[in-house]
Amino acid sequence: MNSSADIPAEDPFAAAMAEEDVRGRSLWVDAWHRLLKNRAAVISGVIMAVMILLVLVGPLLSPWEGDFTDWDNTSSPPSLETGHWFGTDSVGRDILVRTLEGGRISLLVGLVATLVSLAIGVTYGAIAGYYGGFTDRIMMRMVDIIYALPFMFFVILLMVVFGRHIVLIFVAIGAVNWLDMARIVRGQTLGLKNTEFVEAARACGVDHNAIIRRHIIPNLLGVVMVYVTLTIPQVILVESFLSFLGLGVQEPMSSWGALVNDGAQDMESAPWTLIFPAAFLTVTLYCFNYIGDGMRDALDPKDRL
Amino acid sequence: MTAPVLRVQDLVVNFTSFTGGILQRKERVLRAVNGISFDLNAGETLGIVGETGSGKSTLARAILGLIKANRGRVMWEGEDLTLLGEEELRQKRKEIQIVFQDPVASLNPRMTAGDIISEPLWTFYPHMAPLQVEERTRGMMKVVGLLPNQINRYPHEFSGGQCQRIGIARSLVLNPRLVICDEPVSALDVSIQAQIINLLKDLQQKLGLALIFIAHDLSLVKHISNRIMVMYMGSAMELSQREALYRRPLHPYTHALIKSVPIPDPKLAARARQDSWLAGDMPSPYDPPKGCIFNTRCPYKVSRCQTDVPALRRMEQGDWVACHQAEDLDLSIHLDSASGIN
Repeated sequence: MNSSADIPAEDPFAAAMAEEDVRGRSLWVDAWHRLLKNRAAVISGVIMAVMILLVLVGPLLSPWEGDFTDWDNTSSPPSLETGHWFGTDSVGRDILVRTLEGGRISLLVGLVATLVSLAIGVTYGAIAGYYGGFTDRIMMRMVDIIYALPFMFFVILLMVVFGRHIVLIFVAIGAVNWLDMARIVRGQTLGLKNTEFVEAARACGVDHNAIIRRHIIPNLLGVVMVYVTLTIPQVILVESFLSFLGLGVQEPMSSWGALVNDGAQDMESAPWTLIFPAAFLTVTLYCFNYIGDGMRDALDPKDRL
Repeated sequence: MTAPVLRVQDLVVNFTSFTGGILQRKERVLRAVNGISFDLNAGETLGIVGETGSGKSTLARAILGLIKANRGRVMWEGEDLTLLGEEELRQKRKEIQIVFQDPVASLNPRMTAGDIISEPLWTFYPHMAPLQVEERTRGMMKVVGLLPNQINRYPHEFSGGQCQRIGIARSLVLNPRLVICDEPVSALDVSIQAQIINLLKDLQQKLGLALIFIAHDLSLVKHISNRIMVMYMGSAMELSQREALYRRPLHPYTHALIKSVPIPDPKLAARARQDSWLAGDMPSPYDPPKGCIFNTRCPYKVSRCQTDVPALRRMEQGDWVACHQAEDLDLSIHLDSASGIN
C-alpha cells in the first residue's frame, strides 16, 4: 500500500483507461450458455443436426433413386442382402431413400412456413401493439376475421383454384400461422412500449420505426424464438396431415406425412413402410419440442423455479 | 435578471379512464397535473417535491412532450412546445433531456453501454463519423465517472449506480441546456445517492445546465436546488427559495414533509414523532376534496379551507404559497425539534 501513496488519486482510473476494452456479455450469450447446460436440448440439437445432414446428403450416397422401382423386391422387408435397409413399398421403391427425401420436404415446409409467419407476424404484431388505439383495433380485428376461416376449407379452396403445388402448402400454412405470431408479438409489444427505456428513446428523439427495430423487437425475440421452435414441429405436423388427406405434396415427391399415409394402407402386410417414416417424424417432433423447452428455460431463467 | 429559459404556465394534464360496460360507459377524469406554473432560469436548479402520486413525473413528461398536456403552455426560450408538430418537437429534444427514476429499467438490456449513450448522437447526426461518435461516447463516460473501456458491456453487468451514470451520460451527450431528473436516485442506496447528486451538481456547474430535480424526499433536494416547488395531488402548494423553505415553510404540507424526514438520532426522533402528524392517505384523485386540496389532512384548517380554493400567491419575501392562512401561521422549523435535514 505504501507505493500507492505517491500515485495521484485519479491514477487507477487512468490506468484502467489505458487498458483494453472489457468485452461485454450480452443476454443472448448468457442464454446460449444456459442452453448448453440443458442436456435434453443439446442432445436434441445434435440429433437434429445429424438428421438435417442425413436428409441432405443421404439420398446422394444411396444406390437407389427415390422413384426407382425395384421389381425384384416389391414389399420386401428390411434386409441388408437386398440393399433395401428399410425395405421397399408395394411398388418396390426404397423406403430409406424415400424417407430421407420426404424429410427434405417436411423440414423445408417447417422452416419456410415458419420463417414466413415469423416475418409477417413480428412486423404486424409489433406495429399493431406499438401504435395501439385505432390502428391496433383494425389490425387485430382483421386477424380475428382470418382466424375465423376454417383452415381445411381454405386449403381445399387454394388447391382447387391453383392446382396442387408445393408453394401453395407454404402459402396456406404461412397464411394461418402468422396469426398466432402476430398475437403473441402484439402482447409483448404492449408490455414493452411502456417501459422506461422506450420512453427514454422517445425522449432522445428516436423515431417510431427505429424504436420498433432497436428497442421493441430485440426484446421480444426471446419469446418469439421459443415460439418458432414450437411452431416448426406444428407446421411439419400440419403438412403431414394435409399429405395424409391427399392435399399435400404430389407424387413422385414425398413427405413424411405422405409416406405415413402410404404406409398406413399396407400396415398389416408391410409395417416397415409405416414404422420408419413415422419414427423419423416422431423423433423430429420430439427434438424440436425439447429444443423449444430448453430455449424457454434459457431465455427466461426467472420462469424456472 | 435574464429572461427565464423555461416558463411553464397553467399546465394541466388529465388522464381519462373508462369504467362500466359498453352501455353504461362512464368517464373518469384524473387531474394528474392541475394548473402548474413556474419559471426556470438558465443554470438554475428547481427541486420538485411531493408524495408518491402527486403528479411530479407526469409534470416532467408533459414538459418534455412525452405526454400531451390538456391545457397550458410550456415556453422554451419563447417558443411554445405544446404547439409544435412531432418533428419540430423532436428537434427540441436536443436541448431538453431527462434522467429516469429506475436506472436499470431505463436502459435497453439488449444494447451495450456505448450503444445506449451514443443513440441520441446517431439519431440526430446520422452522418457523424463512427470514430467521432465513439470518441464522444468514451469522453462522456469519463465525464460521468465510468471507465471508458467498459463501453462494450451490457446494462446487467453494471451496478445500479453505474447504470444511472449511463443514463446521465445519455442525457448529456447532446449538450442539452435543461435536464429533467425524475427521481434519479430513489432506486439507489444512500451512499450511491450522494455520489449521483454530487455528480449532477458538478456537471451542472461545469456545463451550465438548468436542472429540474424531482424527488419525494426533501433532504435530497436541499443539496442541489436553488428553489423548491412542493406539489400535492397535482397542484403546487409552495414555491420558495431553498433557505426560506427549510427555515420557515409557508405551507402546512411543506412543514409536514420536512418533519417527516427520518432523524438518525433516536432521542430526537422520539420527540419529533410526537408532533409529526401527516396522518391518513391522500384522498382519491378521482374525487378531490372541495376547497383547498389539502384540507382533509391539514391540522390548521378553518371553515374557509373547505369552500375556497386558495390561489398560489406571492408573499412579501417573494416566495409563493397556496394557503389561505399563510400570513398567520408560523411554521418555523426550530432547531431543538431537529429534523433529519442537515
